[in-house]
Amino acid sequence: MLPVLKGEGMPLLKVVDLKKYFPVQRSFLERLLSRRIDYVKAVDGISFEAEKGEVFSIAGESGCGKTTTGRLIVRLIDPTGGKIFFNGIDITSLSGEELRKLRKRMQIIFQNPYASLNPRMKIGENVGHPLEIHGIAYGREKEKLVMEMLEKVGLQPASKFYNAYPHELSGGQRQRVAVARAMILNPDFIVADEPISMIDVSLRARILELMIQLKEELDLTYLFITHDLAVAKYISDKIAIMYLGKIVEMGEKEVIFSDPKHPYTNALLSAVPVPDPNVKRKRVMLKGEVPSPINPPSGCRFHTRCPLATDICRREEPKLVKIDDNHFVACHTVK
Amino acid sequence: MANLTAPKMITSMLSKISPRRGVEGLFIIVGLAIILTFIFMAIFAPVLAPYDPNKTRVGGLYESPNPKFPMGTDRLGRDILSRIIWGSRTVLIVTFLSMALSSACGVTLGLISGYVGGKFDTALSLFMDSLYAFPGLILAIALAVMLGQGIMPVTVSLTVVYVPIYFRMIRSEVLSMKESLFVEAAKAIGAKGRTLIFKYIFPNVIPSIPIVLSLNAADAVLTLAALSFLGLGLPAHIPDWGFDLRMGYGALTAKIWWPGTFPGLMIVLLTLGFSLFGEGLAEILNPKLSGG
Amino acid sequence: MISDLLRIEGLRVYYYTRDGVVMAVDNVDLFMKKGETIGLVGESGSGKSTLGRAILRLVPPPGRIISGKIVFDGLNLTELSEEEMRRIRGKRISMVFQDPMTSLDPLMKIGDHIVETIMAHETLTRKEAEEKAIKLLEQVGIRSERFMDYPHQFSGGMRQRVGIALALALNPDLVIADEPTSSLDVIVQFQILDLMKELKNLYGMGMILITHDISIIPGIADKVALMYAGQLVEFADAKSFFNEPLHPYGKALLESIPNIQHSDQKLKYIPGNPPDLINPPKGCRFSPRCPYATEKCREEEPPTIMVGHHRLVKCFQY
Repeated sequence: MLPVLKGEGMPLLKVVDLKKYFPVQRSFLERLLSRRIDYVKAVDGISFEAEKGEVFSIAGESGCGKTTTGRLIVRLIDPTGGKIFFNGIDITSLSGEELRKLRKRMQIIFQNPYASLNPRMKIGENVGHPLEIHGIAYGREKEKLVMEMLEKVGLQPASKFYNAYPHELSGGQRQRVAVARAMILNPDFIVADEPISMIDVSLRARILELMIQLKEELDLTYLFITHDLAVAKYISDKIAIMYLGKIVEMGEKEVIFSDPKHPYTNALLSAVPVPDPNVKRKRVMLKGEVPSPINPPSGCRFHTRCPLATDICRREEPKLVKIDDNHFVACHTVK
Repeated sequence: MANLTAPKMITSMLSKISPRRGVEGLFIIVGLAIILTFIFMAIFAPVLAPYDPNKTRVGGLYESPNPKFPMGTDRLGRDILSRIIWGSRTVLIVTFLSMALSSACGVTLGLISGYVGGKFDTALSLFMDSLYAFPGLILAIALAVMLGQGIMPVTVSLTVVYVPIYFRMIRSEVLSMKESLFVEAAKAIGAKGRTLIFKYIFPNVIPSIPIVLSLNAADAVLTLAALSFLGLGLPAHIPDWGFDLRMGYGALTAKIWWPGTFPGLMIVLLTLGFSLFGEGLAEILNPKLSGG
Repeated sequence: MISDLLRIEGLRVYYYTRDGVVMAVDNVDLFMKKGETIGLVGESGSGKSTLGRAILRLVPPPGRIISGKIVFDGLNLTELSEEEMRRIRGKRISMVFQDPMTSLDPLMKIGDHIVETIMAHETLTRKEAEEKAIKLLEQVGIRSERFMDYPHQFSGGMRQRVGIALALALNPDLVIADEPTSSLDVIVQFQILDLMKELKNLYGMGMILITHDISIIPGIADKVALMYAGQLVEFADAKSFFNEPLHPYGKALLESIPNIQHSDQKLKYIPGNPPDLINPPKGCRFSPRCPYATEKCREEEPPTIMVGHHRLVKCFQY
């Protein structure tokens, strides 16, 4: 039984038991001496659905697998196992021309605005290139569409930015260019991989605003990946919390933030700093740090740090179970 | 901040040369001046040279430098100045031609091999590395002996010597660039292999080429001179500094310094010109290369 | 005045780069008492890191302290020789860096690192220094068995604990922590901040916490020093600042960051771009982005005004 979040109609994106294992690099000597290959189980069997028009966030700390998930969804890397359905179509093993056609419907915005644009191409060329690649527009017409897009993301006057090079722009501006490039093909679905974490604090709200505005205007669906839970709370409709390659809790935003059930979610939320000295809240202090994803702990991966861990937690991995409308938890201690 | 597409690169460089640049700017200016002087000499050789460089007995044998023959004459009575001037044509033609061919070949192969990877890349790299392992001069000598005399055979041997340098450099840049985020982003928008190589990777590896070009040219001048010195490569009727150096070298014992010294000086000067230019360029472009 | 641990007056630190003179710290006044914690907050390019380094005279070339005084417990640090500064660094003022990987020698066991630091400044036998080091490690939450481990064997959070142990080894009067938790995950950040709070209360030292993340300030800092474009635009006690930020930049900043305690927030973004430090805007440096900016703001630089008892704001509104 797949966890299905209740919403309207068929989900735009459906992920079933998605896995990605990376073989650990071994030296020549190691390869000679032993046949055993270790794997980094970056994503180890996750399932979720995103409805059309919503913002689905995947939140977690570094190493939890959220970034890998993003890349898997847009098929920049191939899954080791599981399935991905987009608009009902199985895109898991798509390749070649079919995959390229998918790119028109599904785009990604990367975390690092300083590295995601071609430094030798003008801004206008960077943004317009997708149009050329897919044979949608060339020359004058391409220019017109790019100018419109630049205006939409607030880079005005568009003509000045069209002819500029990436290094002439600030981080915030470059990220807006990345947004423009992702949107120019009018996709249905956008994966945003930590889109504001490398931008100056004073410029972040601008990008968030832009993304929200464009979502309405262009009827988009987002998979928003972040480590910043305050941002996740601000922007999402639904949220999934990941830990060591697994989803530990998932549900509608209000529910997760007001009534978290998983001890990790609890600890995570209580650790988020708040810009308000008057707030007094119960803070859960977790011991230790995230274990290595190469050899995750047995049973429930969180048991080594969990204040509620019992015997069964050490032996058996908990399944992601529905405990309420739009609320799923993977924990033995939750009824 | 300068953007580095080729024409703008030159102008931005020239503007950066003034006040603050100091040593690197000087290198570039001096180097360029030397190179341009020789190019001028080469182009206008027919007009500049007072005599036919191959005509014997235009003056006495081993005449020391005098107003009629500012650089004196050699053992066959040929005007050394005219031979120097015409010699610059030889050197520059061979150098520029071999540079053009080796860079075109090396860069293209490096791009494709680095991008495609796999067995093709492994095999080609192995081949290039073995060529590279040869000391340049030995390789050039071996090829010159095999290919025989003439401008084209010499050009080809020099070309072969330098191809691995471009190949290795471009290939390693391609390998690192393949993993960069903007290339991944290009894949995400649907770009195919050829587009990725020529629109994304190639423009970003170009900046390192001019430096290597210049430094290789310096090396080529010396290698060509060495080949001619050994009597390989160029036939006798083509005026050539290395050959003249060889002929002049023998006369030194008799205290006849001019037939050897002038060609030697020209070789050193031209090599210096290319080196200074290349080093100065490296200094100026490198901060840009690492900064972005 | 005499009870001030640190008094910075008119400090200017400029970087002489190929593209021009970067006025990283431009005429900053700051003072702190013994045992106080100041949150030095600003974005990249605000000058906060440069200010922290200037106190320890560790500004890298092409940067230089151009003018101003840094008076630490009666001593003017800008006038000391390098040798005298060396005796102060680590012993009386120490630093915790953002990236614990680069500040630790990868070839040195961390225990030895601490022991060397101790022995460089104090006359103890090796045995005594080792005992002290082990105690320090335990205090920062690292088991004594790890004394002989190398930096790469530690995780990011653990390495930062080592960095803190090093900073505290000689019981300094002042610790400058430069973005100590910026490269750490949320939960580890929480642990480290908690540890720092505990230790500073235990040792009673002063601390300057440099950060771009204003959310970590409540609970750990007594005062907030807000920097923008190389200048100090507001200096207030933390509670007053968060309850009512006076400077428009502080106000705009707080209104633009998501607060996890709030629902249905409406974030207000700050228009414009970060300032160019080589050619900063004329007049008030925040004026191009300030919703309250007047003609005067664009022409003249605003003075630093004292509001209330101990609050400073650099703005014409007050």
